[in-house]
Amino acid sequence: MTITSKSANSRRVKNTLAQWMITLGGISVLFTLVLIFMYLLYVIKPIFESAKVESLTSVNISSSNQILSTGVDELKELAYNIDKKGDIAFYQIVDSSFREVGTQLLTMPLLEDNTELAFVLDAALQRKVLVDTNSNVLVIEPKFKATYIADDRDITPSVVYPLGEDYLPVDEQEQGIQQLAFAMNEEFAIFVAYTDDNRLIKTTLVAEDDFTYDSAYTAQYQTISMDKGRVDNILVTPDLQMAFVRQGNEISVYDLTDEDDVPLKARINAIENKNTKITSMALLSGSSSILIGDSQGKVSQWFEVATDNGRQFKNIRSFDVSATEGVASIVTEQYRKSFYTITKSGEIGVFYTTSHADLWRGNLTNTLPSAFAISPRADGIVLIGKDEQQQANIQVFEVHNEHPEVTWRALWQEVWYEGYPEPDYIWQSTSGSDDFEAKFSLVPISFGTMKAALYAMIFAVPIALTSAIYTAYFMTPGLRKKVKPTIELMEALPTVILGFLAGLWLAPIIENYLPAIFLLILFIPSATLATALIWHKLPQEKKNKFPETLAPLLLIPVICLVTYLAFALSPLMEHYFFGGDIRQYITNDLGIDFDQRNALVVGIAMGFAVIPTIFSMAEDAIFSVPKHLTSGSLALGATQWQTLIKVVLLTASPGIFSAVMMGLGRAVGETMIVLMATGNTPILDWSIFQGMRTLSANIAVEMPESEVGSSHYRILFLAAFVLFVFTFVFNTLAEFVRQRLREKYSSL
Amino acid sequence: MNSWFKSGSPWIWLSAGGVSISLISVLGLLWLIASRGLSYFWPADIYQFDMLDPSGKQSVVIGEIYDRELIPAKQLSHLDLKLDADVESIERLLIKTGNRELVSLDFRWLLSPQITKTSAPKDLVVIERRTNGNAYGFIAEVILDGKSVDVSELAMLVDRVDEFQSQIEDLQKVDIGAINYQIERLRLRERKYALDGELSAEVKQDIAQQVSSLQEEYQQLEAKLMSLRKEVSRDQLRLRAMDGQVITVNLENVLKVTYSNQLNIIDKFGVFFHQISAFIVDDPREANTEGGVFPAIFGTVLMVLLMTVIVSPMGVIAAIYLHEYAGKNALTKLLRIAVINLAGVPSIVYGVFGLGFFVYMVGGSLDQLFYAETLPSPTFGTPGVMWSAITLAILTLPVVIVSTEEGLSRIPSAMRYGSLALGATKAETLWRIILPIASPAIMTGIILAIARAAGEVAPLMLVGVVKMAPNLPLDGNFPFLHLDRKFMHLGFHIYDVGFQSPNVEAARPLVYATALLLVSIIVMLNMTAVSIRNSLREKYRMLEH
Repeated sequence: MTITSKSANSRRVKNTLAQWMITLGGISVLFTLVLIFMYLLYVIKPIFESAKVESLTSVNISSSNQILSTGVDELKELAYNIDKKGDIAFYQIVDSSFREVGTQLLTMPLLEDNTELAFVLDAALQRKVLVDTNSNVLVIEPKFKATYIADDRDITPSVVYPLGEDYLPVDEQEQGIQQLAFAMNEEFAIFVAYTDDNRLIKTTLVAEDDFTYDSAYTAQYQTISMDKGRVDNILVTPDLQMAFVRQGNEISVYDLTDEDDVPLKARINAIENKNTKITSMALLSGSSSILIGDSQGKVSQWFEVATDNGRQFKNIRSFDVSATEGVASIVTEQYRKSFYTITKSGEIGVFYTTSHADLWRGNLTNTLPSAFAISPRADGIVLIGKDEQQQANIQVFEVHNEHPEVTWRALWQEVWYEGYPEPDYIWQSTSGSDDFEAKFSLVPISFGTMKAALYAMIFAVPIALTSAIYTAYFMTPGLRKKVKPTIELMEALPTVILGFLAGLWLAPIIENYLPAIFLLILFIPSATLATALIWHKLPQEKKNKFPETLAPLLLIPVICLVTYLAFALSPLMEHYFFGGDIRQYITNDLGIDFDQRNALVVGIAMGFAVIPTIFSMAEDAIFSVPKHLTSGSLALGATQWQTLIKVVLLTASPGIFSAVMMGLGRAVGETMIVLMATGNTPILDWSIFQGMRTLSANIAVEMPESEVGSSHYRILFLAAFVLFVFTFVFNTLAEFVRQRLREKYSSL
Repeated sequence: MNSWFKSGSPWIWLSAGGVSISLISVLGLLWLIASRGLSYFWPADIYQFDMLDPSGKQSVVIGEIYDRELIPAKQLSHLDLKLDADVESIERLLIKTGNRELVSLDFRWLLSPQITKTSAPKDLVVIERRTNGNAYGFIAEVILDGKSVDVSELAMLVDRVDEFQSQIEDLQKVDIGAINYQIERLRLRERKYALDGELSAEVKQDIAQQVSSLQEEYQQLEAKLMSLRKEVSRDQLRLRAMDGQVITVNLENVLKVTYSNQLNIIDKFGVFFHQISAFIVDDPREANTEGGVFPAIFGTVLMVLLMTVIVSPMGVIAAIYLHEYAGKNALTKLLRIAVINLAGVPSIVYGVFGLGFFVYMVGGSLDQLFYAETLPSPTFGTPGVMWSAITLAILTLPVVIVSTEEGLSRIPSAMRYGSLALGATKAETLWRIILPIASPAIMTGIILAIARAAGEVAPLMLVGVVKMAPNLPLDGNFPFLHLDRKFMHLGFHIYDVGFQSPNVEAARPLVYATALLLVSIIVMLNMTAVSIRNSLREKYRMLEH
């Protein structure tokens, strides 16, 4: 039979093709691992990037008057400004299919003719408080409405008056207003004002119905007693609880909750150095922190902390904004704890308080902008600057600052959160309340992972290694053939079943028979030794009947018996030594908290999961120690035990080490057992009677409800990445050691 | 004694103790699961307890004995039980009383000193119901369409209800389900035309016509359903429960009426096997705490099969590369480290990767490209059975690779050289000689991968498993296999019912039964794999000599 060249060709092609396909398939395994690694990194990366500020657009302003205030809509399509004359003008700032960039959409006067604005205050929800030179006060809110015409979005602006279009009766005595602060919710609007005749007043507008639907109100007036001296600055918290009044370097905090009186609550002495002056202050989102900027270019954060002398304002942390200039202005975001600082020369800084992060610094304009605002979604800023021809313009910048609360330091070091007495490691990602600040410290859950793994190893390593030693070295081949697969069968048991048994079966048993568990630690070794001694004293013919090689089987009934004994003795022990209830004894007399699902339960359950891993690999390592080594040792007169310790274990020790490493890797990553057998509370406590939360269980619990792309989501990916790297190191190390050992054996 | 210690014998015994503990724990664990799991199916006797509490009030409790425990008498001293002074502990019984319409809790603790009489009357019945759990009591009256009839008619009436109920279920799930599915598909088709800008008046009218004809069909089916519902709710049963209260049980709710106390051992075995088969083929009831686990079995099997389809070729090709093609270089070393690490990476990390990469990234892109009409509700951009299968395929890849490679390494190289010497190409040698011989090893790897995948829960919690899936991923509606659907899984069922269900105590026996099912599947798979591997080793040993 001859092979035609055509068929030979096709065979060659097939052969080459097969080679390529198989090579590709083989490499794809490596590719998969690298893909997992890279993808995890790709998701994590954004949380460690600092903020970026990019110029989006700038639009010339038609008004020739000084601009007092500015703002932008949620989607950053329209911006507006309010000028000295009291006119508001809206501009298109991005291209749309309806009009070009720079088109002026709507201009309207907000004040009566012939008056000018004295100042404009920014309030929450993009509201503006206008105060004219005659001290008339008006609250406005620019509104933006999106309509869709054939899938194209068109945004039209308007101005609404949440408290009505009439001037607001801020001062009953109708004096001029020098300083003003404002905040409102659906029921109340509060003004705190400092008047020309040196009075500090609080004016409350009480809604007749609800300010959301109806602007009707009745006014209530109160006078606040204060120290002599000019008031430089007033702030009212958005939750209407407190007012901060600054006179020079002195800040007084007033309680606004009382209907009859406005008592002084505290004083903040922010500045110790006499030459330093407070130049600005602002409230951080969440209503409990105040930021104080000074002439030395520092901003400090203060909030109330419970101390031995009651609640006091404390300096929590400071930021160095500028080395050369004072802080001219601080602007805070509405929902997050970020703030922007502006110095006199127009240098802008972006900071985040909780993570103490210095996110961005730069000069966007060469002078102090005459107005500055943060976009409603905190993804942009708008300011009033000047172009080359000194013509005023609105400049809009895109701010990429999605994860300011996450820094390496905030994840791994103590952080002082608002309302906490001291810095602490806290993991608390969600809560029922709206103005809750998520607390992401990886320390408690990494600690929990270590704790669970450690207790599991304490339980597993002695049992697994002794079993491995006996099975590999002392057991008859026939018995070994049965015993090894039986123990290895345990590895196949789904961990969800181990977790379920640990949580619902073992945990109550341990709780009820706690003394029995500790008795067992004592009983099992002593019973084993006693059996060994009895066997030793047996006459020779009996010894032949039950040879020592059957020891594991002989010990099974013994261990079962002492286990039963321990459990039977447990109530007695409890009765005589622990006053009838060991749980109460532990909590009351020893002062240790006791959880039903605790580290002991996890240690035992996860220990069972890890035993087969360690056993199997250690047994292999010991069994494959070359026989001539042991024979040599025995021939030289060493006993079995001496040979084991001095020759076999020493030779196999790298293999045993890698077995323990693999076991540790498994214990660290195990999810279902810890999820089901602990209470999953992220606490830092080594106690054997308390639970923990591990990285893996934390992912399983929180991942399904975390929002894609949020900081929480990315931090959970980081947790997965930490696990990945952790086990990668353990496994690679173990594999490396094993390879070396294999080479050593083959050379022996 | 000293010499005995010196000989090392005690230490040898201690290490033997380690083996004993390991053996006891493996076998004990299996025995625990088996005994608890099987007792779930065994029909328990129903007891009537006449109670007398310290205040002199008499009461009757009817139910199954669920658990018993001893508690120290000291703890109960406040109850004034009039015990002898030397009584150390008191027995306490946990009774499953059922009858949720009468008492809010299914379970009740009884103290044995308060029980004056325990009896097991022959005519006590346990009624399994579709909702509200079991009912226990004596049958007082059977009502057929408003008229009282003899108790012997009951079995026939229950069968009749069963017949109607299965018709109703068919109608709801199959026929009406199909119509709803078709209407939804028509709506999506219309949307697709609109998105492509091809929605003409004709198409619109055509679709509207189809929808209206489907809706007409739906009306007819609904009328039929209503008449069936009326039929099924015709009869009632009156039950005299504990404390003499009479409750009316609608027969439409009744699954089975058993006179448990009249069963002899053979009957009990009959009930036992019937219960087991019902557990496997029935749908869950009462928020998964009662009934069967069929959807969970189905979901597990389907997901594992899909996974096998993906992992087998990948794993086998990778193993062939590693053993037959790869040279001794750094790349091969890296590959081996990659395999070891894939095996060691915690399973939850695969879940995280699967969720982020497959579900959100790949699935999200698929939706944008091919399922734009259903957006914003995702099709593949949400956890589902396909993503679970792919994620677990990566997770089990090393299992297949390691096992296959072991098989390959045991094939004597003489066979390869022989084939090559006869003029076969490397690919032909592989295909005709190596793979057939290695097939049992490959089989072993696949079986081990299946066993691993069947027990894995943590990653699935992120990429597709749900506690209650309304539809199976495989049904009679085109395209029959719905890879985007979520599914139920035995392992997750254990976690969910055991830890998340509202009535953990009542659900616990079911969890043991599910655990038994899962463990038996996995142990069986493993033993099969091990025995294939062992017989293979024997075969190779013979080849070598």
